[in-house]
Amino acid sequence: MEILMAFVIGILFMTATYLMLSRSLLRIIIGTGLLSHGAHLLILTMGGLKRGAAPILRDEIDTYTDPLPQALILTAIVISFGVTAFFLVLAYRSYKELGTDNVEEMRGTKPND
Amino acid sequence: MSYLHLAIVSPLLFAIFIPFFHNGFRRVHTGWFALPLPILLFIYFLSFLPETMSQKTVMASLEWIPSLGMNFTAKVDGLGLLFALLISGIGALVILYSIYYLAKDKERLNHFYVYLLLFMGAMLGVVLSDNLIVMYAFWELTSFSSFLLIGYWYERERSRYGAQKSMLITVFGGLAMLGGIILLYVMTGTFSMTEIILSANQIFNHALFIPALLCILLGAFTKSAQFPFYIWLPDAMEAPTPVSAYLHSATMVKAGIYLVARFTPVFGESSVWFLLVGGVGLLTLIWGSFFAVKQTDLKAILAFSTVSQLGLIMSLLGVGAAALHFEALDDNIFTIAIMAAIFHLINHATFKGSLFMAAGIVDHETGTRDIRNLGGLIHLMPITFTVSLIGAFSMAGIPPFNGFLSKEMFFTAMIQVTEMNIFNLETWGILFPVLAWIASIFTFVYSMIFIFKTFTGKFQPEKLAKKPHEAPIGMLISPLILVSLVIIFGFFPNLLSNSLIAPAMAAILPNLLGAGDEFDVHIYFWHGPNLELLMTLGVMVLGYILFKTYPKWGNIYKRIPEGLSLNRLYDGLLKGSQTGSNKLMNRYMTGSIRSYLLYIFGFFIILLLGVLLRENAFKVDTSNVSDIGIYELVLVLFIAVGSISILFVKSRMTSIILLGSVGYTVSLFYVLFRAPDLALTQLVIETISVSLFLLCFYHLPKLRKLETRMRFRLTNAVISIGVGAVVTVIALSAHSNKLFDSISQYYVENTYVEAAGKNMVNVILVDFRGFDTLFEITVLAIASLGIFGMIKLKNRGKEG
Repeated sequence: MEILMAFVIGILFMTATYLMLSRSLLRIIIGTGLLSHGAHLLILTMGGLKRGAAPILRDEIDTYTDPLPQALILTAIVISFGVTAFFLVLAYRSYKELGTDNVEEMRGTKPND
Repeated sequence: MSYLHLAIVSPLLFAIFIPFFHNGFRRVHTGWFALPLPILLFIYFLSFLPETMSQKTVMASLEWIPSLGMNFTAKVDGLGLLFALLISGIGALVILYSIYYLAKDKERLNHFYVYLLLFMGAMLGVVLSDNLIVMYAFWELTSFSSFLLIGYWYERERSRYGAQKSMLITVFGGLAMLGGIILLYVMTGTFSMTEIILSANQIFNHALFIPALLCILLGAFTKSAQFPFYIWLPDAMEAPTPVSAYLHSATMVKAGIYLVARFTPVFGESSVWFLLVGGVGLLTLIWGSFFAVKQTDLKAILAFSTVSQLGLIMSLLGVGAAALHFEALDDNIFTIAIMAAIFHLINHATFKGSLFMAAGIVDHETGTRDIRNLGGLIHLMPITFTVSLIGAFSMAGIPPFNGFLSKEMFFTAMIQVTEMNIFNLETWGILFPVLAWIASIFTFVYSMIFIFKTFTGKFQPEKLAKKPHEAPIGMLISPLILVSLVIIFGFFPNLLSNSLIAPAMAAILPNLLGAGDEFDVHIYFWHGPNLELLMTLGVMVLGYILFKTYPKWGNIYKRIPEGLSLNRLYDGLLKGSQTGSNKLMNRYMTGSIRSYLLYIFGFFIILLLGVLLRENAFKVDTSNVSDIGIYELVLVLFIAVGSISILFVKSRMTSIILLGSVGYTVSLFYVLFRAPDLALTQLVIETISVSLFLLCFYHLPKLRKLETRMRFRLTNAVISIGVGAVVTVIALSAHSNKLFDSISQYYVENTYVEAAGKNMVNVILVDFRGFDTLFEITVLAIASLGIFGMIKLKNRGKEG
């Protein structure tokens, strides 16, 4: 399973990279979303998959899956959500101000302007 | 702090007060306040003569940074004292001259004397410091103050150009010298010159010996205007004439000579040293004298002449270093090269200083320095003419002046090169006297041009800006003192021999002296008819013929293509490095996010794949994996298809829905992989994210196909496939190389015991690793505040 997951994560990173290299702001943000999915799954996979029960203590069970990666991922999900939300509003605002969502056209101002 | 330290830094301290004198006593020329200091210093340094004459060295140490071995150790030996006397003595004469040269009400005198004193202190520091780091600090201060003095008339473009050029070249050499000093420190473990000389034998075979030698020589050659670094010196002639006389003839340009002399005991035995110092010196000598003939500006002639004479001294030092190969002092006749170098160093300072001052007087009284406009001044300015005549004859090596004596000794030393049975000199050593002789002929020619084109010939008053007349007496005092020294040293050279030359030789060649020995310096005015005398006669005869026929053969200078000149090379290098770096910058700093991301991802791929391949780290280990269920397979398909199809859809609505479906699939994965909290959070967050996307979606334009060009899409595809592959490979290798067990067993055991909870993930989040959570809350708070701010600011902007 871990080997299969490695390929899934690779596909997620590949599509995310391709989207981030595009010129449309919306596609770039979608790309970052895919990238964070890939990263979260990577953390989980590296912790080892399906070895034992869910990490909630019960009397009759003594092997659990590793709780630490899950805690890390939970933190990461929340942070990436905050950043994505911020980024989305930024894209919305910049489209309102600049009138374009093409990043190639966002060149700032010339030094002498 | 001893008196010696105070003497070295006194010009620097005194410079602080110059502006107060300048502003407080407007009616008195500021130079009068500056004048007493160098005179006092000269007298003070004279008091060291008895010490150095008896081969003693005066040392005084002052702690600066003792933990790094950097202490301000002042050391007075023969060589340092000789330079200190030159610096303070000629410094006094130059200040006296400048009082009459620079007008009181037109010039910024406070600047001038501050810079000049700064320079004097720096120069004294260079020659009297035993610690190399301190010496280097003073060395850069001389470059810096010279820069300020060359750019004294900063409203002129040529001055700024010359100042920048000299700064760049000398600082380049200075930094190389610092490198050499550090290499020496690495080899010997000390910055003290005295101790480095003592351990000279140990470092001779060290691997860093040659690099250190080259670095130190680079510093010396740039400062002393040796080939090919001499090009800054002619442009430094934009400085006021007293500055040219002081810095660019007598003192600063000799700092490199000092350095070479000082390091002779360390490096002198190396053949590289002999070849470089001797060879470059000789090349500079002949190059400078050849091009001096071509110049039409008086100061340019003198500049090239200085270059040439510095080359002469340098070549003598190189040849003199070969004396280290011959042990016994008694029959070591090769030390005469060192003697000649020191003697000519003194002589050059005297006659070149006086010539610069004479050129300054001519400039001051006629308004031009161009020899094509000058002529016939002999009757109008008889004293200046006499000064120039003596100076120029001494420079040309005509008896009875001191230049004649040092030139004879120069020939003697060069002839001796052919008798040295080292470095194959018996075959090609003949080049040394021949080249030296040819250079002397050109020296004779430009000396004659200097004197006779200026003072004899037709008087052309219509070409002169002013009506010429003899200079005021105050302006003539300094050149008169200098030419009288020329005559005195010419007739009584042995005044110098025991007092200055022998101690300086002892400092340069300490290893050749046994206990109680002394160099027997005796300069004979007449040493019988020999080869050297014949060579001098030849110089005079041939030089006279060349001078008379100059209009006929002078055309050869025009044949030399201008494009080949070193100045053109320097300007090209400067301009090329500017435009080149500009082009390079514009090339990779495109301003497009896509290209920067390409660099980052490309670098990521190359670095990680490279390391993986080099370390042979790729490994797949299947013993450790869990089995694949049918549900997981379906979900994997879902994610793969969903994410790949985002790339191809044209509608933004579809891509948002696809992103959402990938997110929900991820949360299903969390369910399958037994992470209930993650599944919950992921579901909620994905829902909110999708709604946010949809909110923005309303405001954003339709997804257009912006990537129209195939090349772009292809690069993007290659890079993204590369990134995906690297991540997969790393994930596989990392999973297959488990180095140690997880620490999670602790959490499993202690969640209930220590923290009274059963949900391990939650206990870790709020108890074991609560800090993470605190700051993750902060991140959310900041994000929401930022979003709030962005939206609010818009409204305010519209209202305003």
